[in-house]
Amino acid sequence: MPFSPDIPPMTARTEHRGEVLPLVARALGLWRDGRTLLDNVDLRVEVGPLTVIMGPNGAGKSLLLRLLAGLIAPDAGSVTWAGRAPDRVRIKRLGFVFQAPVLLRRSVADNLRYALRAAGIPKAEWHERTASALAEVGLDRLADAPARVLSGGEQQKLALARALAPGPEVLLMDEPTANLDPTATAAIEDRVGRARDAGTTIVFVTHDLGQAKRLAGRVVFLHRGRVTEDAPAARFFDAPASEPAAAFIEGRLLP
Amino acid sequence: MQDLSGAFAEAFRLLLDLDADLMEIVGLSLRVSLTAVVAAALIALPLGAALAVTRFPGRGAVLVTLNALMGLPPVVVGLVVYLALSRAGPLGPLGLLYTPEAMILAQMLLVIPIVAAVTRQTVEDLRAEYDEQLRVFGVGPMGMVATLLWEGRFSLLTALLAGFGRAVAEVGAVIIVGGNINHVTRVMTTAIALETSKGNLALALGLGIILLLIAVAVNAAVMTVRRTPRHAVLA
Ligand SMILES: Nc1ncnc2c1ncn2[C@@H]1O[C@H](COP(=O)(O)OP(=O)(O)O)[C@@H](O)[C@H]1O
Ligand SMILES: [Mg+2]
Repeated sequence: MPFSPDIPPMTARTEHRGEVLPLVARALGLWRDGRTLLDNVDLRVEVGPLTVIMGPNGAGKSLLLRLLAGLIAPDAGSVTWAGRAPDRVRIKRLGFVFQAPVLLRRSVADNLRYALRAAGIPKAEWHERTASALAEVGLDRLADAPARVLSGGEQQKLALARALAPGPEVLLMDEPTANLDPTATAAIEDRVGRARDAGTTIVFVTHDLGQAKRLAGRVVFLHRGRVTEDAPAARFFDAPASEPAAAFIEGRLLP
Repeated sequence: MQDLSGAFAEAFRLLLDLDADLMEIVGLSLRVSLTAVVAAALIALPLGAALAVTRFPGRGAVLVTLNALMGLPPVVVGLVVYLALSRAGPLGPLGLLYTPEAMILAQMLLVIPIVAAVTRQTVEDLRAEYDEQLRVFGVGPMGMVATLLWEGRFSLLTALLAGFGRAVAEVGAVIIVGGNINHVTRVMTTAIALETSKGNLALALGLGIILLLIAVAVNAAVMTVRRTPRHAVLA
């Protein structure tokens, strides 16, 4: 054997290797009822700029995000986290915020404590992490309120705070502000921006062009289950290279 | 025929005096039915949760059977338990026939289908809502079931109350397996049946009033669980 198996030469570069990152999708395919929902999707997420996955309704954005999180299995291709298939231990290093927040029927603080416990965070840290996570989204005064009486915006802020509280390596968000008013949307974007600046790698799904421009460092454009473009944000918005992306940016209706 | 208003007056006197015989009967009733509900919960909660999260051939038939068993006639349960506990039956050597334990066993069998069916439905509904979120938290199958049971606690509490209501009010099963023996297995319902047939309406009425109060209290508890604003958003 010419080289030792535990030092693969290809990864010996400067690339950051975490427990989840690099998160790599290779040639993903997904079919249901004879329809192709995702077709040959390649995507590589590494420590770095915030990735926005954009595309019209029904493009397959939510399915792709759930595949990346290991929540559903692809019919073709593979998803790997740091070179291995997703598993239940390392998923604790991944945060996920759904379009509609899924809150436990408990107090706001108990929702956070549940996530911290599940992620294996030592109990001694719960109090401090809960307090700061809530303060970060301005929910500190609602710590003892039942989570499910909160307004829609507050619920999503809580879902975001809960996903961030254990300190995930990567945060996946599926149109988290699609149902929210501009004020709540701004608060969510603000918190997402600070998490990004603090070093959390984020994949953010949206079909809102303005939001994509505000947040994206890189844009992946998905159309009918295919990636038509994957480019740095500035390039993407100035000179989209694919016809569906150009049409979307100009506000033309996509075929 | 005893004078009816006299019987009522006597019944209230027994209640207000906390008549010893009456209290003994009420105490045994509560002990038997509460124990039966707790024992039923220990079996039915895990059983219902397991049915909610597993898929196996014949599951549909099991669910239909479980739902049908909710309406099981108490006398039939009494008969089955009687046969099992009778000297020639499989559990005969335990010598449980005509003991409070036999009554607990019979009532437990009456309550299990109710609690198991509600648990199955509740956990299955909640799972549809929480499955992906809990998996993203890295929660395993056992943790998932425990979480869903807790999330469904108000529905499950309602089912347990309904089970208690059914147990404490039934007469068919306990009279067969308990035998209505004075100071041993005489509970409210069997005592009412006996005293009425003997024409001792005062004791029967006194017990009937207590049974009614218990039924009202159970229903009030169910409504409180369902209606409290805080719980409404939790349910
Ligand atoms: N479980 C499923 N079975 C069949 N079709 C599905 C399923 N989930 C999603 N789809 C379809 O896949 C397409 C992409 O869905 P989705 O990823 O939710 O789109 P979006 O980009 O709006 O998030 C849609 O046409 C949707 O109807
Ligand atoms: Mg979607």
